[in-house]
Amino acid sequence: MSQGGSAPPGLAGAREVSMTIPVAPEMEIVATAQAAALGEYIAMARDKIDEVKLALVEACINAFEHADCRDEQLHLTFRLGREPKGREWLEVEVLDKGRGFDSSRVEPPSIEKSFAGHRKRGWGLQIIRSLMDEVEITSGGGGTRILMRKYK
Amino acid sequence: MSEACKVSAERRGDVAILRTDGYINNQGGEEIAREAYAQLESGARALVLNLEKTRIVNSIGISILIEVLEKVMDRKGMLAFCGLTPTIDKTFRIMGLAQYAEIYPTQEDALRGVNPQPA
Repeated sequence: MSQGGSAPPGLAGAREVSMTIPVAPEMEIVATAQAAALGEYIAMARDKIDEVKLALVEACINAFEHADCRDEQLHLTFRLGREPKGREWLEVEVLDKGRGFDSSRVEPPSIEKSFAGHRKRGWGLQIIRSLMDEVEITSGGGGTRILMRKYK
Repeated sequence: MSEACKVSAERRGDVAILRTDGYINNQGGEEIAREAYAQLESGARALVLNLEKTRIVNSIGISILIEVLEKVMDRKGMLAFCGLTPTIDKTFRIMGLAQYAEIYPTQEDALRGVNPQPA
């Protein structure tokens, strides 16, 4: 695990692990193993680790399906850190070099719309926002970055 | 990958119990749907989905479960879930599945729920 160094501003002292996964079926499960290992490292509760894992799965499959990644890869960074008042956190960054999207224009899904037969998909962002404590999405022509944090 | 979902079925009268083991993604969801539709075709009135050996259900898998739910509702049948991890339970509630299908802690609770005793 690397210490500090390459962490973004405001994350001094964070410990991080980076990995790249190919855009391929079930590679999201490979990524969840890393999230689980780091969650266990800070003794995060199992249910919270499961929430991080599912949010990560959703971020990965969203990119697999919609991003049209130029390099056919997803770049993942996992960070562990601690707030000044002591709360520890696990943060996951999912970065793709795809075509980007405007998250403010994503129509909120509902099961009633699903029943109406229009579309049963499009739940990923809602699930991510519901399961993680903090979520930041930045997207543009260069790709999409989803940054999500869970406190221990 | 070893996480591929296995689905097994058991019939008790007109109730079919489907047990999953592993990751429910599009393939896992399709596997459940295939078994669920076969059970409905052969006369099952209620489906109990026991997910106690599943720790992750992604949104694609859940969207297939919504299709199964629609089919059960079209037939005026019942769909119940049991053995959910807290995260899967939370996700089902986020997506509104819990408004249309019952969620029970255990399989026995679910079987009691789909077979209400006469008053």
